[in-house]
Parts: sequence; C-alpha cells; structure tokens
Amino acid sequence: MWKNLLDWIEYRIPMMRVANMHALQYPAPKNMNFWYVFGFIATVVLVNQILTGIWLTMNYVPSAEGAFASVEYIMRDVDYGWVLRYMHSTGASAFFVVVYLHMFRGMMYGSYQKPRELLWLFGMFIYLALMAEAFMGYLLPWGQMSYWGAQVIISLFGAIPVIGDDLTLWIRGDYVISGATLNRFFALHVIALPLVIVVLVFLHIVALHEVGSNNPQGINIKHPKGSLKEEEKTKYKIHEYYTEKYDIIDDVVPFFPHIVLKDLVAFTLFCAACAYVIFFNPAMGGLFLEPPNFEPANPLKTPEHIAPVWYFTPFYAILRAVPDKLLGVIAMFGAIVMLALLPWIDRCKVRSVKYRCGFHKLNLAMFVVVFVLLGWLGLKPATPTFTLMSQICTLLYFGFFAFLWLYSKNEKTKPLPARISK
Amino acid sequence: MKNAPVDNGRRRFLTVATSVVGGVGAAGAVVPFIASWNPSAKAKAAGAPVEVNISKIQPGQMLRVEWRGKPVWIVKRTQAMLDELANHEDQLRDSESEVEQQPEYAKNRYRSIEPEIFVAVGICTHLGCSPQYLPDSFSGQIQGVASGFMCPCHGSKFDMSGRVFQSVPAPTNLVVPPHKYLDEKTILVGDDSGVA
Repeated sequence: MWKNLLDWIEYRIPMMRVANMHALQYPAPKNMNFWYVFGFIATVVLVNQILTGIWLTMNYVPSAEGAFASVEYIMRDVDYGWVLRYMHSTGASAFFVVVYLHMFRGMMYGSYQKPRELLWLFGMFIYLALMAEAFMGYLLPWGQMSYWGAQVIISLFGAIPVIGDDLTLWIRGDYVISGATLNRFFALHVIALPLVIVVLVFLHIVALHEVGSNNPQGINIKHPKGSLKEEEKTKYKIHEYYTEKYDIIDDVVPFFPHIVLKDLVAFTLFCAACAYVIFFNPAMGGLFLEPPNFEPANPLKTPEHIAPVWYFTPFYAILRAVPDKLLGVIAMFGAIVMLALLPWIDRCKVRSVKYRCGFHKLNLAMFVVVFVLLGWLGLKPATPTFTLMSQICTLLYFGFFAFLWLYSKNEKTKPLPARISK
Repeated sequence: MKNAPVDNGRRRFLTVATSVVGGVGAAGAVVPFIASWNPSAKAKAAGAPVEVNISKIQPGQMLRVEWRGKPVWIVKRTQAMLDELANHEDQLRDSESEVEQQPEYAKNRYRSIEPEIFVAVGICTHLGCSPQYLPDSFSGQIQGVASGFMCPCHGSKFDMSGRVFQSVPAPTNLVVPPHKYLDEKTILVGDDSGVA
C-alpha cells in the first residue's frame, strides 16, 4: 500500500531520487567540523524570518502615519506579538552572525577556490541581497534610527556623479524620506527580496552539490574515475550521479543522517542562544535594537549620534574613514567587491589554511582583527582619534587582499596528505 | 508547400525581426514599473513655499522650519559671528562659494541677503544628516572658531555661513534655498521670483 503510493508519486515526480541524490546518498567529507554547521543554521534562520515576517505583516500598517503605532500595537496588544517581533529582530542579527561565520569558514579552508568560484559568488549575492533586505526592513518600524539610517544609506547613491541627485529622488519617491519610501521598502522587504534570496539560496545549494563540499583539509574526496582501488572506495551507498563520474574515496559519509544530526546539535545550541536574546535581552544592549528607534521618526531632528545596526558597521567605518564623499562610497562598496573577487585574488592552489604558509595564517588572523575593530569603530562617534584608527584599519583591510594576491602566486605550502586522516 | 526548400536566410531574418519587436515591447513594458517610482503628483504639490516670521528671533538663536519635508534653518547671527567669518577662510574648501549651492544673491561671504539672517537647508551635503548648531562650543571642533555647525553622523564641520571646512567628508557648502523678503519681518522660503 505505502510502497504503491510511493511508486505512484515517483512515477510522476522524482521525490525519492532527489532525496537520495541530495541527502541520503550525498557524499559529505567525514571530517566536516563545527565550522560546517552555519549553512544549515542560516537556512533555518531564513525559514524563521519568512514565517515570523508573514505573521508580522498581519498586524503591521505600512504607512508613515500608522507604522510606528502598529509596531507598538504588535508589542502590547497582539497575543504573543512581542515574541513574533523579537524572533524576527533577533533572527535578523543572528542571520548576520551566522553568515559572517559561514564566510570566514570559506576563507579559512579556501572554499572559494577552484572549482567553487560560482558557489562563492552566489553566496556573495545572497549576502548583498541580505544586506538590502535588512536595510529596508529596518526602515519599517519608522523610528528615529530607521529614518535617519535610511537617509544616510540612500544619500550614498547621491555621490554618483551626474545622475546621483535624480537617482536618490527616484529611490525615495519624494524630496525626503516619506510614506512613499516606506511603502516601497515594505513591498521590496516583504515580497521582492525574499523571493530573490530564496532563489539564490536554491542556486547556492545546486552549485554546492555539483562541485561537492570542501572540508578542513581542503583536499578532494572525488577522484577521477578508475583512479582508486576497490578497497579505497567508500562502502556507503553513494548516488550513481556521483559514482558514474568519479571514484569516491573512503572518507565520506552520507549527508543524511550523519551530517544532519551534527547540524541538529548545533541547531539546539543556537536556539538556546537565540532564546536568551529573545526573552532576556531583545535589544542586546542597543546592538540589535537601537535606543533612538523607540522614538517615532522626526524629519527635523537627527539623533545625536547615528550608527547603523552592528552588522553594517565595518563598512560604515570604511565609509567614514575616507574624507571624500565619492571615494568613501567607492571604498565601502569596494570592500565587499574584494570579498567577491577572492577566488581570483588568491592564486594559491592549496585550499586549507592548515597547509599554507605562516604569513597567510598571520594575514588571515589580521583580517579578522581588523574586521572586528572596524565593526567596533563604526559604532563609535567620529572623533579625530577614532577616524584615524578607522583609516589605519581601512588600509589594513584592503592590505589583506593586496598581500594575498602578492604572496599566493609562489607561496611555500606544506605537502598535502593523500587522505583525510583517520 | 510541403516540399518547399528551407530558406535559412529568411528564417534568420524572421527570428531577428521577432526578437527586436519583442525586445522593444519588453522595454516599453518596463517604463511604468520604473516611472512609478518618481515622486507622485501629490508629493510634488507638497513642495510649496513657506512663509516665516523672523521678527522674534534673538541674536544667536536658530529657528527651524519645514520646507519640502526638509529642515530649513534661519539663524540670526551676532556681530561677533559675522566678524569671525573672515578669519578662517584659508581653512575652508570653498570660501568664495564657487560651487552652485546657493542662489546668485547669496554668493557672498555671509551667503545671505541680509548679513545677520542666514537661511540654509539644515542637511549635511555628505549623507543627509542634520548638523548640530554649536553657537559657542564649536572651538572644540576647529580651534579658534567659536561657532559653527557639526554633523553628528560623520563629523563634517561648517562655519556660520554654512561653508564646509577642509578634510571632512562633506564635499560642498550647505545649500541655501531660494528665498526672499516679503517685508522686514517675513521671509518666503522656496520662492525667489522677482528677486533673482
């Protein structure tokens, strides 16, 4: 009976075939460590954002007159409205925590290198779409920081020569940020960008499963057909899609259940951390929800000190560090473009940091320190000392890519093992 | 017809012609989606000029009014503020107001019609924050200059004529909106017809 039903479905849509190919018989390196849980967690956060977001729109009023009050209405009068909203606002910050760790994992183990360039690029597009999504969502509560943050970001486009002013007018739909801007941001935040992100995530996973997952050793688990002896091949049942083209070495496990179960452990810990924020510290000391945003938007008064939400601050610090409007904007976007170009900037053939030269380890560590420092500086007011520090950090940020390009060509690497160690 | 020879040149022409016509149609269909993002007729109508009574402003005081949804400052400058303007011109990016950020009648040291009354759009030319008015604590920002405007967002600094100091992110002086005196007590912001 059950078997008949499955056969009936399988004849009409490839349900089990896809499940086998992408989960039950998908070869995953057995040495994937904790750094490899963030892709899974990011997907879970995406689901959370979509679900809580849909529920929030049921009570949110997208208009300059009604937005702020409707958010307060959700917080006070809607049953469990506060939970839904805090799940959404905490999810937004959690998304970036997870994505930054996910990206750092890729940098550490060279997951952007050949043949994973497109996979990395899709990831960068997801990151860009996510930043646009977060920025537009931040305008919706129509608080002081929503308003003035949007003012600053939209004005960035005004730095473009000739068309800049008309472009900002077109984006705002008014001479200042107004209800027109709020409504279009609502439409983009709720419909357009989520669709784009879901499609990009799909492409990211398709690209991943085509080239296969990298691992902390950075060595291949797929070998040319016929190059492995029978006893070197994995004993697990791997889908023919992979075994027809490659010999799969005995260092893999099927993605389901082995990797998924490990991911679920991390997921549990992640949920506990998020529950702490949602229930005990939803504003996270002004990092996740900024104090000026508890005041309704006032177009005539800029808050004393404007800082974007923490996940934008590294790039914001770069913007402020350059004492020229257009160059500052170029530097800020350039900082993201550099990340996207990593597969071509890094000319080394060895992927994992474990087998690369000492200078690379130092350079990567420096990059992390500089990125965190820039994030911290972006939260601080623009005093002369902080501006100077931002300028030094901006140079070091771009220095990472310049050094990488230079030393990676003829880098002295350690010999790679033939197998993932037992 | 059944056995007519395949004319590849004709097929290619038809493919190209169909694609071009289809492409033009698609480009035309994009227009409403792009154009609907422009300010609506209602938003444009809201940009009407504003009348301001300036008779009650004390020397050194600032009055903020809203025009096109933007903050417009009207500052009655003291004599000390006016005297100071000539002293730091070597530290400014554009002390002569060469960049067109003001109507012709405000292209002078005071960037105003009457020296005491300074009218400006209170939006930083960097990224659109509203700078703070520091009537007597500005010397913490620029040594030896007592009063001016400081943008809290990215630290751009302007003097009492809205002229930008060097080595800050803002590229140009503050915008002086079109305005005119209806009588001694009243300014019309947003319209200067009959003056310029």
